[in-house]
Amino acid sequence: MNDARKIVLRTQGLCKNYGGVQALKGADFELREGEHIAIVGDNGAGKSTFVRQITGVEQPSSGQMFFDGKEVSFKSPLDAREAGIEAVFQNLALANDLDVPANIFLGREEVYFNLGPFSFLNEKKMLAKAKEGLEKTAVKIPNLRNAIGNMSGGQRQCVAISRSAAFASKLIIMDEPTAALGVQETTQVENIIRRLKKQGIPLILISHNLRQVFNLVDRIFVFRRGEIVGVVDADKTDGNEIVSLITGVKTGVHENASYI
Amino acid sequence: MNTTAIRKLPQEASILMVLVGIAALFEILGWIFIGQSFLANSKRLVIIVLQVSIIGIIAVGVTQVIITSGIDLSGGSVAALSAMVAASFAQASGGFSIFYPGIVDLPVIVPLLVGIGVGLLAGSINGAITAYTGVPPFIPTLGMLVAARGLAVLYAEGQPIFGLTEQYTAIGQGINPVLIFLGVALLFHVLLKHTVYGRRTYAIGSNEEAARIVGIKVNRHKVLVYAIAGGLAGLAGIVMSARATMGQPGMGFMYELDAISAAVIGGTSLFGGKGKISGTVIGVFILGVITSGFTFLRIDFYYQEIAKGMIIVAAVIADQRRQARKA
Repeated sequence: MNDARKIVLRTQGLCKNYGGVQALKGADFELREGEHIAIVGDNGAGKSTFVRQITGVEQPSSGQMFFDGKEVSFKSPLDAREAGIEAVFQNLALANDLDVPANIFLGREEVYFNLGPFSFLNEKKMLAKAKEGLEKTAVKIPNLRNAIGNMSGGQRQCVAISRSAAFASKLIIMDEPTAALGVQETTQVENIIRRLKKQGIPLILISHNLRQVFNLVDRIFVFRRGEIVGVVDADKTDGNEIVSLITGVKTGVHENASYI
Repeated sequence: MNTTAIRKLPQEASILMVLVGIAALFEILGWIFIGQSFLANSKRLVIIVLQVSIIGIIAVGVTQVIITSGIDLSGGSVAALSAMVAASFAQASGGFSIFYPGIVDLPVIVPLLVGIGVGLLAGSINGAITAYTGVPPFIPTLGMLVAARGLAVLYAEGQPIFGLTEQYTAIGQGINPVLIFLGVALLFHVLLKHTVYGRRTYAIGSNEEAARIVGIKVNRHKVLVYAIAGGLAGLAGIVMSARATMGQPGMGFMYELDAISAAVIGGTSLFGGKGKISGTVIGVFILGVITSGFTFLRIDFYYQEIAKGMIIVAAVIADQRRQARKA
């Protein structure tokens, strides 16, 4: 591991309790500049809980978080976004009745001049920027003015990803970005991730698809029952090791099997 | 581009077609049963427009609440309360001023601000309870429906307030209510379509969770939307009392239902995320034409209510079909 690279995100003893349930038990996590890492684990292992803490959707019960060299505590997703963290959530976080530019700029609309909530929207600028952002993802959407609800799963996912890619300055987090996609669309999304790697934008990928994880990332964090039970370099491990870490038992799964 | 233009047309146009169709139906029935024209009667048309204006002002506010996938049942009662309070500040000297005998002949801006202020306050309460307790908006606005009516009665001990200043009553005379309605409709049409306020209103109704995740202050925005609906109900109350030249606690009874109906008939989805002020304006006119048409045909008032009820149910079923087709 190249330790000379700057640490982008670090968490120390991050915990989250929902009532009596400990969903996250002291996660120590570290991500370096330009690094792409994956978070894997069974359902309920605490992956999404972890992501909700570092994106400000929820606030951790205890523990510390350092981003870009400073200690941070995000009160809201907006805080995280302002700090430079963009997330693509499992449920996409898109408003189906709005069109593509409106979704990409939701929550930070371009306006002509600031009149608080009554500021007039600069639709032209948002449309142009949305086009630009989508070109980077090489995804074709025939009419950007269409409501998102009328589009295919792949198109919607690409809008969500290009929203993140357009704004992320420091870190992108993707929670199961290809879970609901077909083969072709999955390839598209994977290509977008490779492009981000080339651009040197760090990424956290949550995925159940081990083939995808091995193909795309540098390091793998394995979560089990709210704890990080293993951190391994993707090129120094195999499917067997990851699966046994995920399940907590030694299993003889074939090396190339994708864990679902 | 072409496909959207074609796809967009039916929604707006079909509501207009319904309006034209209903008017045409009354026209034909008029010639058959009464032997006169329904539409070629300027007096009747003026009455239709005047009648719908007050409900229309409330409907503009309710539309915005429904777009957030909320509901506001308190419009008519809040209008009545505002009418009472505003009227009490609009009393002329030498009249029957039973209320605040010391303060008469105030400039018209005072009752205007007070009336709208009462509405804004009631709306803010609706919005705050809805946003911060997570109770379905049906509940606090139903509470407001009852409570505001009670307050309106209590305010002048059940008595009407007469003897209003000429400046004040002028608000409700002639074409003024119509101008106020259309002005309000235009203003909020622009705000919904072209401002951050509108964008977020639709976003919250479309996917509240997503709106929260992208950092929209959903609760605050909801309070704002309900407050605006309350403020518009207050304005409706002012126009209503000015037109009647008195404030009366029984005013605006059930107006909220007509306002909600107008919004729904006009294509605003009760599921949230969809709706336009232009649709609501057409919806308001549809209700107006039905009321006027039934009166014109000398059909019993109760049949009117039955017909309205059926149209509302039909509009909601049509909306549900549209949603299902999409999913």
